[in-house]
Amino acid sequence: MGLKGSAAISGVADYKNVRKYTGKRKFFLEQWAELTQMALADAGLSKHDVDGLCCAAIPESAMFAPATIAEYLGLQVNFAETVDLGGASSVSMIWRAAAAIEMGICEAVVCAAPGLPIPSNPNPLPKDPSRVYGSTSAKWGSPQAEYDVPYGNVAQNAGYALIAQRYAATYGYDERALAKIAVDQRTNAQGNPKAVFFGEPITIDDVLQSKMIADPLHILEIVMPCAGGSAVVVVSERLAKKCQHRPVYVTGFGERLTTRSVTYADDMTVSPVGPAAASAFAMSGKKPKDVDVLEAYDCYTITVLLTIEDSGFCHKGEGITFVKENGLTFNGSFPVNTHGGQLGAGQAAGMAGGMSQPVEGVRQIMGRANGRQVDNCNAALITGTGGIMSEQSAIILEGA
Amino acid sequence: MVSIRPLPIPTPNSEPFWNGLANHQVNLQQCNDCGAWVFYPRSHCNGCLSPNLTWRKVAGNGTLYTYTVARRPTAPQFIDETPQLIAVVELNEGVRLNSVMVNVLPEALFIGMPVKPVFHQQDSATLLYFEPA
Repeated sequence: MGLKGSAAISGVADYKNVRKYTGKRKFFLEQWAELTQMALADAGLSKHDVDGLCCAAIPESAMFAPATIAEYLGLQVNFAETVDLGGASSVSMIWRAAAAIEMGICEAVVCAAPGLPIPSNPNPLPKDPSRVYGSTSAKWGSPQAEYDVPYGNVAQNAGYALIAQRYAATYGYDERALAKIAVDQRTNAQGNPKAVFFGEPITIDDVLQSKMIADPLHILEIVMPCAGGSAVVVVSERLAKKCQHRPVYVTGFGERLTTRSVTYADDMTVSPVGPAAASAFAMSGKKPKDVDVLEAYDCYTITVLLTIEDSGFCHKGEGITFVKENGLTFNGSFPVNTHGGQLGAGQAAGMAGGMSQPVEGVRQIMGRANGRQVDNCNAALITGTGGIMSEQSAIILEGA
Repeated sequence: MVSIRPLPIPTPNSEPFWNGLANHQVNLQQCNDCGAWVFYPRSHCNGCLSPNLTWRKVAGNGTLYTYTVARRPTAPQFIDETPQLIAVVELNEGVRLNSVMVNVLPEALFIGMPVKPVFHQQDSATLLYFEPA
């Protein structure tokens, strides 16, 4: 079933994450061109090699995003896809690209997620009133508009807090263990000059003394939004062997969608990453113990805890003990989010936060994660999470 | 900026639910074919996709499945209501819904707490809040 594992990521690119962006503002189309140019240069490929692209929505065009991007970049592609899976979009772009390549319909697919501010419109449109609750839909006919929004259960913080509270009541809780996730990832960010919190390590007490946003989530357990953006190039085995870096093969994937609103999840403490990761492991022939690094989507500390448990690194309900007994830093016993993750490096706007994990996994396996390199890193599990644990995807990356 | 609390706008499928709340009763759909209770209101049963659903009046009692005390408003429209006691209630019929806990202190809340409905008038709409039973 699934991938043979012959498609590889051969190049990556990313912007420096910054909280207060003062550089030139760029349309997503410009960022697509720039990130593609950078990622192809990293791989040692040219624009003429590209015959596929995977994108998320772009602000310039509500529909027909892939054709708009192809035209702007002067590409002619055999495979194009807009992936609408929130924070899981980037990981899901990569497995779609790998699958299309293995089917033989394309050889080089660019997957990009811009997230720098766009220029200010001199003729601004009135704000769309149905979008005032961020990703929560307030459009008439949307179940969220009718059954979430009127009760104030909007945006992300409340939903993840509801999950964490239910987890605590079911399995017990140790706020110091949850805080340690943020602390260890912040330590990793000290090896990443592109992280927003580079040069700013924190302690467990810093986390616990930070402002409570929605019980039990402190502000330092929640991602820091920022400007950024990143891209990867996925290529066939033939092209991978021509590229200048160690090819990073995509050997397994999985994806699982359940509910839009976590209120209706069968069990709020069991996340969809479980079946996604199980599929990825089965496809690759790897087991959790074979993974050298976990780059886990980390919108909140609780997301990381549930990803560790549900991906099979420990038994359900034992995540807190696991986190307390393992160092999650790049030189620890179980490296997690070695670039700092979104908690330590920032969550770039758009869908870019979720591209940071695959980019970091690739850098680790290529041996290019200067300042935070995991020794002998040959295999990684990368996860993406969209909505409020609405949808999650997983890929296994392996060095040649 | 003065923000107005967002209100539900019923759809043809959901009118019996919202009309029920306005009359201080909780109406839920039940599937005639598989027996499942359905929430939120739908055209088809989310257990078996049967279109044969019947509206039934239920007591509206349940337990607190989870909650959070939102100390920062979840949106500017809720700025006057902090801290928000955002709740997920599991009705005795087994379905879960979003709600708000009232007539209780935040520190008295606990998961598994028995709760009963409060028909909360919010401008032109009646919302289904809960209080300790």
